[in-house]
Amino acid sequence: MKEKLQGIKDKALASIEQAKDASMINDIKVAILGKKGELTQVLKGMKDVAPEDRPKVGQLVNEARQSIEEKLEAKLKSINNAMRAEKMKRETIDVTLPGVKKIQGHRHPNQIAIEDLERVFIGMGYEVVEGPEIEYDKYNFELLNIPANHPAKDEQDTFYITKDILLRTQTSPVQARIMEQGKLPIRIISPGRVFRSDEVDATHSPSFHQMEGLVIDKNITMSDLKGTLDQFAKEFFGENTKTKFRPHHFPFTEPSAEVDITCFKCGGKGCRVCKGSGWIEILGCGMVHPHVLEMCGIDPEIYSGFAFGIGLERVTLLKYEIDDMRLLYENDVRFLNQF
Amino acid sequence: MNTPISWIKAYVPDLDVDINEFVDAMTLSGSHVEGYEKKDKNLEKIVVGRIEKIEKHPDADKLIVCQVNVGSETLQIVTGAPNLKEGDITPVVLDGGKVAGGHDGSPLPEDGIKIKKGKLRGVESCGMMCSIEELGSSRDLYPEAPENGVYVFPEDADVKPGDDAVAALGLNDAVVEYEITSNRVDCFSMIGMAREVAATFDKKFIPPVVTVKGSGGDVNDYVSVEVQDTDLCTRYTARVVTDIKIGPSPKWMRERLAAQGIRSINNLVDITNYVMEEYGQPMHAYDLDTIAGNKIIVRRAKDGDKFTTLDGQERTMDHDVLMICDGDKEIGIAGIMGGENSMVTDSINTLLFEAACFDGTNIRLSTKRIGLTTDAAAKFVKGLDPNLAILAMNRACQLIEELGCGKVVDGVVDVYPNPVSEVKLPFEPEKMNRLLGTEVSSAQMLGYFEKLGLSYDEKTNMLTIPTFRQDLKCMADLAEEVGRFYGYDNIPTTLPKGEATAGKKPYSERIADKVRNICESNGFSGAMCYSFESAKVFDKLLLPADAKERSAIEIMNPLGEDFKIMRTLPLNGILTSIATNYNRRNKEARLYELANVYIPKALPLTELPDEKMKLAMAMYGAGDFFDLKGVIEEMFDKLGFGKEVTFEPVSSHTFLHPGRQADIRKGNIDIGYMGQLHPEAADNYNIKTEVYVAVLNMDIVTMLSTFDRKYEGIAKFPGMTRDLSLVVDKAIFVGQIEAVIKKCGGKLLESVKLFDVYEGEQVAEGKKSVAYSMTFRAKDRTLEDAEVSKLIDKILNELGKLGIEIRA
Repeated sequence: MKEKLQGIKDKALASIEQAKDASMINDIKVAILGKKGELTQVLKGMKDVAPEDRPKVGQLVNEARQSIEEKLEAKLKSINNAMRAEKMKRETIDVTLPGVKKIQGHRHPNQIAIEDLERVFIGMGYEVVEGPEIEYDKYNFELLNIPANHPAKDEQDTFYITKDILLRTQTSPVQARIMEQGKLPIRIISPGRVFRSDEVDATHSPSFHQMEGLVIDKNITMSDLKGTLDQFAKEFFGENTKTKFRPHHFPFTEPSAEVDITCFKCGGKGCRVCKGSGWIEILGCGMVHPHVLEMCGIDPEIYSGFAFGIGLERVTLLKYEIDDMRLLYENDVRFLNQF
Repeated sequence: MNTPISWIKAYVPDLDVDINEFVDAMTLSGSHVEGYEKKDKNLEKIVVGRIEKIEKHPDADKLIVCQVNVGSETLQIVTGAPNLKEGDITPVVLDGGKVAGGHDGSPLPEDGIKIKKGKLRGVESCGMMCSIEELGSSRDLYPEAPENGVYVFPEDADVKPGDDAVAALGLNDAVVEYEITSNRVDCFSMIGMAREVAATFDKKFIPPVVTVKGSGGDVNDYVSVEVQDTDLCTRYTARVVTDIKIGPSPKWMRERLAAQGIRSINNLVDITNYVMEEYGQPMHAYDLDTIAGNKIIVRRAKDGDKFTTLDGQERTMDHDVLMICDGDKEIGIAGIMGGENSMVTDSINTLLFEAACFDGTNIRLSTKRIGLTTDAAAKFVKGLDPNLAILAMNRACQLIEELGCGKVVDGVVDVYPNPVSEVKLPFEPEKMNRLLGTEVSSAQMLGYFEKLGLSYDEKTNMLTIPTFRQDLKCMADLAEEVGRFYGYDNIPTTLPKGEATAGKKPYSERIADKVRNICESNGFSGAMCYSFESAKVFDKLLLPADAKERSAIEIMNPLGEDFKIMRTLPLNGILTSIATNYNRRNKEARLYELANVYIPKALPLTELPDEKMKLAMAMYGAGDFFDLKGVIEEMFDKLGFGKEVTFEPVSSHTFLHPGRQADIRKGNIDIGYMGQLHPEAADNYNIKTEVYVAVLNMDIVTMLSTFDRKYEGIAKFPGMTRDLSLVVDKAIFVGQIEAVIKKCGGKLLESVKLFDVYEGEQVAEGKKSVAYSMTFRAKDRTLEDAEVSKLIDKILNELGKLGIEIRA
């Protein structure tokens, strides 16, 4: 009996080894382990075995069955692996062929600049607010310390609709509107379209964008203004950016400053972008003029604040090294696709 | 404002800084330097040489061979200059040196001209003797230079061979250009800038000591002055000079004027120009013999008055132009230009000097109306200090005496009814430190103020502000003075303390961001167009004459007709951009713009108009109506209100294809419209292909949008799908069929999809075949076949009423 089982087992293992594909494995499985299979037959013949020998024979049969099954499984796995390997070999592709892209549109570079600026200031606790593009003289000039006949009105070459209504020349009127509402403290930015009567050329446009910033609270100092804009410059233009504050004059701030940053192209060594100076003028700012605070109903003895204004096109042109402002308004897709 | 360093040094003699250090420090103390030009930038290795010997050139008649002592050695130099003799002292550029230009005085090359040793007709020449033109100057400034030939130093010149010839000629100057802000009127003068320079570098400031000796007589015997319009003329001073001797000005004056770009004319004219540059106060000179009645009257002109200015032009005045008149006629436009009739000529004998203070605003407006602006007007426009007038007047008379130009009559006519007095401001160091965020000591602050000409009275704790600093009016103004001399650089950097605030964007901007993202993910790029456009766009867009969009806001002073009206429709800008792309042969373009249109409440405007944010989309190339519609549908789905939006066929938009346009609505809310651009409108934009456009009202989109979402659970029970193939009249829109299916399908209808529309052979004339796939599902059970069949019957029954049948 023992020999018979050994014989079945050896023969089975040998034929499994020979098997070439899954169907041959299956045939072997049926021939040995199937209902009429050789090993099953042996089990059926157990009744002829002496009762005391039966456990031993049963054990032998099970051992044989187990090793045949293991071998079957292992062989099937190796056949499948070989087949899959073969299939994958056939499926080899040229991975250097171009990828398939869905056509995507592109954000306007000026909009990218607006959003980048907003992100920095929102992170610093500023609220984005909006103001009208067609504005009263009162907000655009008067409340900003620019009375009738002030030369600054001329300098800005204002587009007028009526004597009192105009296209805003700056985003600063939003300052006056927010201060007038009287909700303190104030920490806002306001990006938007502004208009000045400049003929269109490579560096001028009668319509462009600014972003205004305004902070009003108790104990706001010029050092806070410096710190805020310094932090902004580092976040927006890079960790190593330095700022330089130069005294300047704006009617609605006092003291006032213009801010230069170290050139983000050359890092301050001097290059084409910064015209060799290593510095780029980026914005105007200052402490809100006490008279402006008063006119807007805020007591300058208690409150102080600062304001700043950034020319967005300037930032956009510099950042992307765009040499002609007209490109921003032409909307040629070959231009827009680059952003 | 330009200042030559040499002129500044006349008042700040201790100034001794490198030009780079100078411009940096001046910029940081508030006088923004825009640039500077070194006069000697292309003058290298130029020394003084003496001609020891002259011989004829062996092979050239017009050349001579000179032995020139240049201090360290004697060089052989060949020249063609006709004006030289032995013993002459000339500037010599050595081998490897540089000169500014050629001897003919033509425009100077950017990098100068290099001079090298060489042979001239076989004779070695080791340098070049220079003409004044080669040194970058001209005979205007060096009249002693020959018209043709090498510059020869005058015999009394204190020079010797080997000296620096550039320095000896005073050509080693630099001119610095500043951007002066409008509040610093005082800085539009040499004196003002010198005061800033002295304060910046902490050097002594030594302005001229102005004294006039006088030659007797009494000015009142020569002239009287009456100012009728004192609102426009706050001060008028006059002095008289007799025995005028016209002649050239001295070289120092010519040089300083030249550095400012002012040509020397004669001593008289030069003095008035010089004083204008030095003090910033324009002066005017009249020939007293031309002045009727020896009388000056300052009054407004009459409307329509004609007046001939000294440039020979006849100009028309109005009642807001201030005139200078004599006893019977107008003789000058105050502060702008004198008249031909009182012009100073070379035959002048007695001179009347005018230094006055005219209202800046009126001068500014007058120059605009008359269409004439002058250097003098440009100074007045800034709003001068009336106290400057008398200072400048006396300075001019002092120069008259010093230059031997005439005899100054004693006394001054000074009409100054309301003298400007010095402002006093309290000295508040704590407040200033609190504003600046600094800890500058009181002593330091007072030091800065003193350098600027402010005086401090300890007893009253008041600062006296000189009248030339009209910009200093309050504590904040003084704080800026402290800040700029303490150094903005030295102010610490801190962040605002106090109550924390939440950073945020308006809700409408969050929606706009989503819209941008959806547009861009569908191939539309962000465009930016002008807010103003031509009124012709209404015709280009085929709007009827009575269209409400034609009521647009007009700009009073537009850049031109093409920028005259504020847009009421968002399409023109984006279509113009589409045309640009099309005409540049870009294969396809998809653009969107989010921007305002401006809708007046009434015209002309009495209050601000409504500014309505619109999304405009336009495309050509790949894709049609349904691609664009798909983008809009996706947008609405993502914004949470896609389900009940309908696209209703209309033909009301004149600029759209009448059979390819739809209003986009939710119930009776008007969200916008879309369609194919009318071929005629496309023609008007010179676009020869199909263009699809959409306009959405962003206020409505924002209102309908919601970020609220509720999870509904993923279907647990199987759905049942039924397809329906229908034969329909061509005129029926699938939208109508879908509406019926949705209505009859009720809650159990999960989705309905149109999968085929067919017209052609197998369908009867005037009919089309449409096929739908419908999925039914219940949330709580498996649907019975019969339930679904009942719904299908109901749908077919309703469709039957529209004459729609199942396709056989």
